Amino acid sequence: MPLSATTVSVKKTFPPLLFFFVSFFISFFMLMSMAQQTVASEIPAESSLEDAWKTLSQKNYNKKSGAIEVIAQQNPPEARPAMKAMLEGQLYYAKRGKALYFLKEVNDNYEFTPLFDTDPALKPVLQENRRGFKKVKVNNRLRRMIRQLLAVMQLKHEDADIRLAAVQELLKNPETEAADLVKNAIGKETDQRVITSMQTLLAVIQLENGDETAQLAAINTLANSLNSSAMNALTAYQAPTKALENKAQSAINKINDKRDLYAKAETIFFGLSLGSVLALSAIGLAITFGVMGVINMAHGELMMIGAYTTYVVQLLMPDNIAMSILVAIPAAFIVSGLVGIAIERGVIRHLYGRPLETLLATFGVSLVLQQTVRSIFSPLNRSVETPEWMSGAWQINEVLALTWNRLYIIFFCLAVFMALIAVMKKTSLGLQVRAVSQNRTMARAMGVRSKWVDALTFGLGSGIAGLAGVALSLLTNVGPNLGQAYIIDSFMVVVFGGVGNLWGTLVAGMSLGVINKLLEPWAGAVLAKILVLIFIILFIQKRPKGLFPQRGRAAED
Amino acid sequence: MLLMNILKNDKPGLWLLGILLVVSIAVPILNLLVPENSAFHISTYTVTLLGKYLTYALLAVAADLVWGYLGILTLGHAAFFALGGYAMGMYLMRQIGERGVYGDPVLPDFMVFLSWQELPWFWQGFDQFWFAALMIILIPGILAYVFGYLAFRSRVTGVYLSIITQAMTYALMLAFFRNEMGFGGNNGLTDFKDILGFDLRADSTRIALFLASAAALAIGYVLSRIIVSSRLGLASVAIRDAESRSRFIGYRVENIKLWVFVFSAILAGIAGALYVPQVGIINPGEFSPLNSIELVIWVAIGGRGTLYGAIIGALLVNYSKTYFTAALPEIWLYALGALFILVTLYLPKGIVGLWSLRKTRKTQKMREEKT
Repeated sequence: MPLSATTVSVKKTFPPLLFFFVSFFISFFMLMSMAQQTVASEIPAESSLEDAWKTLSQKNYNKKSGAIEVIAQQNPPEARPAMKAMLEGQLYYAKRGKALYFLKEVNDNYEFTPLFDTDPALKPVLQENRRGFKKVKVNNRLRRMIRQLLAVMQLKHEDADIRLAAVQELLKNPETEAADLVKNAIGKETDQRVITSMQTLLAVIQLENGDETAQLAAINTLANSLNSSAMNALTAYQAPTKALENKAQSAINKINDKRDLYAKAETIFFGLSLGSVLALSAIGLAITFGVMGVINMAHGELMMIGAYTTYVVQLLMPDNIAMSILVAIPAAFIVSGLVGIAIERGVIRHLYGRPLETLLATFGVSLVLQQTVRSIFSPLNRSVETPEWMSGAWQINEVLALTWNRLYIIFFCLAVFMALIAVMKKTSLGLQVRAVSQNRTMARAMGVRSKWVDALTFGLGSGIAGLAGVALSLLTNVGPNLGQAYIIDSFMVVVFGGVGNLWGTLVAGMSLGVINKLLEPWAGAVLAKILVLIFIILFIQKRPKGLFPQRGRAAED
Repeated sequence: MLLMNILKNDKPGLWLLGILLVVSIAVPILNLLVPENSAFHISTYTVTLLGKYLTYALLAVAADLVWGYLGILTLGHAAFFALGGYAMGMYLMRQIGERGVYGDPVLPDFMVFLSWQELPWFWQGFDQFWFAALMIILIPGILAYVFGYLAFRSRVTGVYLSIITQAMTYALMLAFFRNEMGFGGNNGLTDFKDILGFDLRADSTRIALFLASAAALAIGYVLSRIIVSSRLGLASVAIRDAESRSRFIGYRVENIKLWVFVFSAILAGIAGALYVPQVGIINPGEFSPLNSIELVIWVAIGGRGTLYGAIIGALLVNYSKTYFTAALPEIWLYALGALFILVTLYLPKGIVGLWSLRKTRKTQKMREEKT
C-alpha cells in the first residue's frame, strides 16, 4: 500500500541494528576504561608467549589473567580472534595435548578448528558432541579485562575506521583514565577524523577535570563538535565563572542550531528518496496516461512484474548478487515492456478515446496478472537480496548519514527520467509519439504509423514501470499485491503534476515525497499520508489540471 | 398517478419489482413454514446471503445513478456504503452493552481494550435507533455534499474526478485503520447481539432484515426511476452527454450534479446500513478502492444507465463470486478479470444491452421483410 505504513515504505532495518551495536560497545568500553590502570602494572616479564597460550588451559584464573596480558602485549595475529572467542565461550582446548581450538556449531554438530593452523599435526575435528575438548573458562574479572585489552588493541589497529569506532565508543562514556591512553595515541595518529574525535574526547575530559583555561579551550573545541557526548558534557557542565557559563551556553546553542540544520537535511533527503520512488512509479504512468490518454490500472502490476523479474534474475545467478541488479534492470524493462505491448495489442487498442473504459479493462488485466503471479510464485512474499554495494550508509558527519540504497534510488530515478526525456525529445520515436498525442489524424496523414507508435509508447511506459519495480524490490518485499499498493499514489502524482507533463510528474513526485516526510514527525506515517491525499483532493479543486497544465483554448477536452 | 405513468414506461423495471415481490413472499414461507428436510426449504444462511445481495443491488442502483445518468465514473462509492455501515455498526455496538467480553455497560470492547476511559463525543447518541438512522442518512449525505460541492464547483470532471473519488475512499480506509480514530481500527465493529431488541441470530430477525433489504431496494429503485424520468433526470443525461453545452444553455450543472450525487450517496449509505447486521461485521476493508471498482463492474456487466441492469449485474456477479470463491478459488480472480475485459470490449451496454440488441435486430428484420 503503499505513501504509508502500507507506506511507500523504505525498510528501516538500520537503526535497531545500530542501537544494538551502540549498547554493546558502551558496556564494552565502560569496563575497559575502568581497569586500564591495573592492566599495565601486572605483566610478568619473564613469561614467554608460548607459555602464555599454554597457561590458558589451566584452571587458575590468576595465572590465566597473567597469560592473557602477555598475549595482548605481544599481540600476535591470533590474539584478537582468540580473545573474542574466549569472551563468547567458544575457545576450547583438547584434553590431550592442550592445543587450543575454536568451537563452531554446524547443523547440530560441533566443529573444532585449531587456533594455530600452521601446525600440521592439528586438524579440524567434526563430531557430534564435545567429548575430548574442554572450554577455556573465564570469570567476570577476566571477561572485563579481556574487553579492556581488546579496546586498547583496537586503538592501535591498522584500519583507521576501527580506530575511529574505538574512539567513538570511548566518547560515549568518557573516563579520565582514557585520557592518557588517547594522549599517547593522538601523537601517532595520522587520520584526520580519528584526530578530531580524539580531540573531542580529550576536551570532554578536560571540561570536567581541567583548570579554567583548559575548560575554556575545551568549550571552544566542543562547540565545533556534533558528538552527542560533547553535548552531554556541555549540558552537565558546572561553570565556575559567569563568563565560562555564557560561553558554554552559546556553544550549546551553536551545536543545537547545527543539529537542527542536519536533521532538516536528513528529512529532506528521506523525502527525496520517497519522492524518487513515487516519481519512478509515476513516470511510466505519465506516458501511458498523459501522452496516450489511457488509464492503465495494470500499471502497478507491471511494476510487480519488474520486481519479480529481479527476483528471478537473482535466483538464476545466486553467486553474483552484486551483478544481478545490473542484469535485472534491462531484463525488467524488456519483460514489463513486452507484457505492456501485449496488453496494448490485446485490449487497449480497441478502446482508444474512451478513457473510462480503459480504466475498467486494464483493471481486469491487473486482476489476471496478480492471479497469474500468485499461481506461479505462490501468494507468499519473496525478498530480493540487497547487494553489498548498496547497503550501509555514507557517514557525512556524526549526525548525518545517508544510506546508500536511498541515494542510489534518487540517482536511478533521475537517470531514468533523463533517459526518457532524451527519448521523447531527441529520437524519431519521441517525435512521433508527441505528434500522435497532439493530433492523431494529422500525424497519420503525415505518414506516422500511429498503431505502431501506440504499441511502442505503451511498451515504453510499461518498461519504465518495470524499472520502478526493480527499485521497489530492493526496498520492500516482492509479493502479488506490490502493485496495488502503489497504483493510487502513482495516479495522485500524475494528476498532481499535470497530465501529459513529464517534468510535472518529477516535480510532483519529489514534492509529495518531501511533504509526506515533513509531516510524518508530528502526524505519524498514516495520518501524514491521509493529509497528503486530502491536500491533493483540495489541490485538484483549485487547479483541476494539476501543477503544470497543458495549455489550450478549448472549453473542455 | 405520476408513479403509475412512470412505471408503465419501465417494463423491465416492473418485471423486476414483480419478481422481487414474489421472492419476498416466497422466501419467508420457504424458510419458516416449510420443514427443514424438505427439498424446498431455504436455509437461514441462504436468506442472509440473498439479503446481502439485495443490499449490493441497492448499492449498484446508487452507482448507476451517478455513472449511468450523470456520467461520473465514481471509484469511491463503497465509501458511502461503508459509512452507512459504520453508523449502523455503532448502533449495534452500543446495543451489546454489558454482554461484551469486558462487560462494560457503556464502552464497546475495543475501547476497553485500548483502555479508554469514556465514550468519545462522536459515539454519543448511537444507543438510540432513531439517531443512528438519521446518521445513516446524514453522514454519507454530508460527505457527498461537501465533496461534490468542491469538486463540481471547480469543474473537476472525467478521469480526474474518478481518481479523486478513489483518493477519498483510500484516505478514509487509511483513517479507519487507525485505532486512534475510535472505530475499532483493523478489526472494525463486530460481535453484534441484537437490533431493536431482536436477537440478530434468530431466523425471524434474519427474515425481517431480508424483507427490509428487499423493501429498501424496491423503494430505492422506484425513487431513482422517478428521478431519472423527471426533468432533473433529463437534465443530468444532458450533462452526461454534453456538459459544456448544457451549461451554456443555462442549466446549473453544478447543482444538478450535486443533488443527484448526494441522493446516490444516501442510497449507498442505506444499503451499507442494511448490509452490516446481516453479515455481522464492518471493517475498514469495506473502504478499499477495490470494492468501489468491483461495484462499477457490476453496473457495467448488467448494463449502465438502465437502473434495472445494475440490479441484474450486482446479483449475477455476486452470485458467481460466492460460487467461484467456494468451488474454484483460484479461478475467481481470473474470471473477474476476464469479465472486466470482455464486458468493456464486447458488451459496452452490458447484459441488458444484449436483449435490446436482439430486439432491434428483430425490428430490423421485420422492416426488411415489409419492404
